[in-house]
Amino acid sequence: MSSSAIIAAHSSSWAAALVRISPYTFSAIGIAVSIGVSVLGAAWGIYITGSSLIGAAIKAPRITSKNLISVIFCEAVAIYGVIVAIILQTKLESVPKSSIYEPESLRAGYAIFASGLIVGFANLVCGLCVGIIGSSCALSDAQNSSLFVKILVIEIFGSALGLFGVIVGIIMSAQATWPSKI
Amino acid sequence: MYGFEAMTFNIHGGYLEAIVRGHRSGLLTTADYNNLCQCETLDDIKMHLSATEYGPYLQNEPSPLHTTTIVEKCTLKLVDDYKHMLCQATEPLSTFLEYITYGHMIDNVVLIVTGTLHERDVQELLEKCHPLGMFDSIATLAVAQNMRELYRLVLVDTPLAPYFSECITSEDLDDMNIEIMRNTLYKAYLEDFYRFCQKLGGATAEIMSDLLAFEADRRAVNITINSIGTELTRDDRRKLYSNFGLFYPYGHEELAVCEDIDQVRAVMEKYPPYQSIFAKLSYGESQMLDKAFYEEEVKRHCLAFEQQFHYAVFFAYMRLREQEIRNLMWISECVAQNQKSRVHDSVVFIF
Repeated sequence: MSSSAIIAAHSSSWAAALVRISPYTFSAIGIAVSIGVSVLGAAWGIYITGSSLIGAAIKAPRITSKNLISVIFCEAVAIYGVIVAIILQTKLESVPKSSIYEPESLRAGYAIFASGLIVGFANLVCGLCVGIIGSSCALSDAQNSSLFVKILVIEIFGSALGLFGVIVGIIMSAQATWPSKI
Repeated sequence: MYGFEAMTFNIHGGYLEAIVRGHRSGLLTTADYNNLCQCETLDDIKMHLSATEYGPYLQNEPSPLHTTTIVEKCTLKLVDDYKHMLCQATEPLSTFLEYITYGHMIDNVVLIVTGTLHERDVQELLEKCHPLGMFDSIATLAVAQNMRELYRLVLVDTPLAPYFSECITSEDLDDMNIEIMRNTLYKAYLEDFYRFCQKLGGATAEIMSDLLAFEADRRAVNITINSIGTELTRDDRRKLYSNFGLFYPYGHEELAVCEDIDQVRAVMEKYPPYQSIFAKLSYGESQMLDKAFYEEEVKRHCLAFEQQFHYAVFFAYMRLREQEIRNLMWISECVAQNQKSRVHDSVVFIF
């Protein structure tokens, strides 16, 4: 019996329950969150920008082509989510039944879960941020075209937030080493 | 939740907000007004306006133009913009947009009742009504003899019905009572609108309560000044003031006992936001008070556009357009009557 089982037998029932959840569950949830919540953030941002852009372009048709950049920044957020999900799913390996609840296995499972959560929620808020700024950018550009480039700089800073999430997520997932098959 | 409207406002209101901001960019600027003020005839005015957004509405008018035609066509543009926004809107924005027109409905009702009292033709009166305030069965107003009939025959089916509970009396309609009826209705309307905006919450509630409070206070001052020297008692005057705004409740107590303009000035100077209005006038002068109030109103409504994701931009846009139409009417009248030196007396620049 591994030491984790001994520890769990002496701990409260919650700790015992959590430790008995398969690390595969945590990994799968992490991968789902990474792609699902990123796409939620991207979609949220796109509709916020898109509705303002359509309305503003009626009076000022010249803004449409330039302001698609805001939509592209939001879309990039979804792409980050897809890339990380693909990377995470390559980290999933099978381990023999006897070592599913090894500390090493649990660590790998938690690492993938955390990585997915990091990327998903960072992309959610990044998509929202870029979307709201994109909406204001479209409306200001319609009134005064010299404002576009300046507000674009704000959007670039906003989209860096998603990038931070991806970087940390990938570093986390690099630690997801499952115990070697003996 | 206040501060987080940006996350969900655009689902229902994003397109219309962008449209109303586009309309705002079409409001006449100072340069346009300068050009218009230098026109010699009404045809010159029509030519200058053809380069603005009013162009399509005026281009088919035959040459001897009247000032009323210009004003009517420009109002038509406002009505078209409004109807386009109303048909695209969902709740609660559609209710909000409808609330904006109830003031015009009240004015139309009073116009028809007064006109009937002075034995004018109903058709002629209907043509003078403001198009935003029209409702079905408005022509039946001419038949009513007193307020109870007015309510029972016509108004019970309109959105104005709940405002009548305070003014149903069996007294016959005469000039004084009609003015009191108008002010009582308007008071009930403002309070209802205020409550509705508070229920919407968020940035809409904050900005609209500021704009409506200014409106309520302005009406309080106008009621006070117009009733100095008439038979309106202090208690009756007090009943016409709205239950919100900066003046409520202490300013209302003081305004109710004012007997001349300098006392009104003294009351207003106790409230810092309104000190600047009276500062522009010298003692004893009240003709410029209207213009000072309009300028303050325009300034506040322009500020509503500084924030995004709320409904007050719609209200502000409608009011700014109405101010612009008032400006055009004044300019056209001055040009038509050859009194161009007085043009700048009453034109309020929006930008």
